[in-house]
Amino acid sequence: MLRFTATRLVRAAITIVMVVTFAFVVLRLSGDPAQIIMGADAPPEAVDAFRTAWGLDEPLWVQYISYFGAIFSGDLGRSMRDGREAIVLVLERIPATLALTVPALVIKLALGIPAGILAALYRNSALDRAVMMFAVAGFTIPSFVLGLLLVLLFAVQLGWLPSGGQESWRHAILPVITLGIGGAAALARFTRSAMLEVLGQPYIRTASAKGVAWRRVVANHALPNAAIPTVTIIGFMFGSLIAGAVVVESVFSWPGVGRLLVTAVANRDLAVVQCILLLVAMTMITANLVVDLLYGVLDPRLRGGARKAEA
Amino acid sequence: MPEAPMSEVALGAPPARKRELPPPLVMFGLIWIGLMLVVALAADLISPFAYTALDLRNRLSPPVFMGGDWLHPLGTDELGRDVLSRLIYSIRTSLIIAFGATIVGAVLGTTLGFLAAHFRGIVENAVMALVDFSASIPFLILALAVLAFFGNSMLLFVLLLGLHAWERYARIARGLAISASAQGYAGAVRQLGARPLRVYGRHILPNIASTLIVSMTLAFPEVILLESGLSFLGLGVQPPATSLGNMVGFGREYLTRAPWILLAPAVVIVLTTLSVSLIGDWLRDRLDPTLR
Repeated sequence: MLRFTATRLVRAAITIVMVVTFAFVVLRLSGDPAQIIMGADAPPEAVDAFRTAWGLDEPLWVQYISYFGAIFSGDLGRSMRDGREAIVLVLERIPATLALTVPALVIKLALGIPAGILAALYRNSALDRAVMMFAVAGFTIPSFVLGLLLVLLFAVQLGWLPSGGQESWRHAILPVITLGIGGAAALARFTRSAMLEVLGQPYIRTASAKGVAWRRVVANHALPNAAIPTVTIIGFMFGSLIAGAVVVESVFSWPGVGRLLVTAVANRDLAVVQCILLLVAMTMITANLVVDLLYGVLDPRLRGGARKAEA
Repeated sequence: MPEAPMSEVALGAPPARKRELPPPLVMFGLIWIGLMLVVALAADLISPFAYTALDLRNRLSPPVFMGGDWLHPLGTDELGRDVLSRLIYSIRTSLIIAFGATIVGAVLGTTLGFLAAHFRGIVENAVMALVDFSASIPFLILALAVLAFFGNSMLLFVLLLGLHAWERYARIARGLAISASAQGYAGAVRQLGARPLRVYGRHILPNIASTLIVSMTLAFPEVILLESGLSFLGLGVQPPATSLGNMVGFGREYLTRAPWILLAPAVVIVLTTLSVSLIGDWLRDRLDPTLR
């Protein structure tokens, strides 16, 4: 178990280094940061001063090292829009995003997992077909179309709910439903196939053959085994709590991290984009790490055979 | 005796279900995709107007089924541009981007997967580390970051979307190439003195192609959704060019007064992704049960 944990930690660390390197390389490739941040018509002295201040006249590898130093001390540059620290701008927006993504995650789990399990248990029944239709629809209808259709129906036609903004909890209903339905469909589809896979295993047949009640076979043998692959996708959903609502926030003019990212991209506010990129990557890497470690807890076979499983 | 099972296989009737027509939903998917391809190829011929042509006297006129006239069957937008014509050109743009990006991703991923399988050791570790890296950032965020850093052009956009599913092909190609190398045929060709390029290109690739094609069918609708999502946000295809997502994005401002501007492209997006996924699922069940 110790070895397993250590390997995972090293892999996560390597990935973090790669993400930071990616940000550094892309930032340098995209042109002279001094020129970009100061603007094309800045006086040359000002640009030079900026270069010296930010160490841009040093050799690349020195810049690379100091870039790491800056990032791990939490210095992620300033927004070129209003000169505030990028990290502060981003952190400010996180509560608004979580106000959408956390309830949406609850909907996904509460709707998606039971639907997937029931569909697999009653395979080819009307229920199964309904769940699969829901799952396919959830995959093929993009969130911005679903969101706009909900607006058209509930805000424009019926006038029950507001179409955008963040004044009250009623403003959150449509975005949360949009996010939740799409995710629930994906989760239902995934849970169903994980369950079907497990139900086809010999140990399930053995358990039923020796006379264990079906209810117990499902609860004690099928569910724990199907949980293992399902945890992966749930981990991914946790990882995308911060940045999983980019499109939906834009549809509903919700002032979260996603909208900040879209406006920052449109204005080429690089410090903010870089900050969100790193933050999202860290969240995802942490979520993946937790999932990997949970695997070890859920599936004792993986602890010893971690290397074998990877080959 | 070794010939007996072979001749049996060769002479035996092919499994009956091979001659069956695909299920109705898949047929629908095939027909719809065929229609979309025809529309994309013949856009210049069938489009009633240029997609930028203005008709200022008929601004925001409704489609035929909402009381409009046949001059603009699907209505017009806020500048009097014909929605049907714009839709036709949008289908062309979106399909070109999706095909281009899917092929870029498949070629890139398969090549890297083969390199990893051939050299093993440090090359393999490097490729797998890249796979870890792409799994660590949601693709939409990565794409937005690249667009912010490099600005936008059509070529960059296609290449960028091509990065979308590369790690999936890399994983599949690597795994299958490693197991193929252990099989007789690859070894035999190698013993005959074939160079690696020939072994992988002429012998291993055709043997694993069906799995790769299935993955491409499954990745294609995701690319369409990404393209339309980014264009919807105003960060993908830039005006005056038009794409399906781009139309929905601009149509959104007229959601209350002229919903048809965004409903037409939205319906096309949904039906196209639905069709390709239906075909993909069907192909997967027939060609490659291991991917399930």
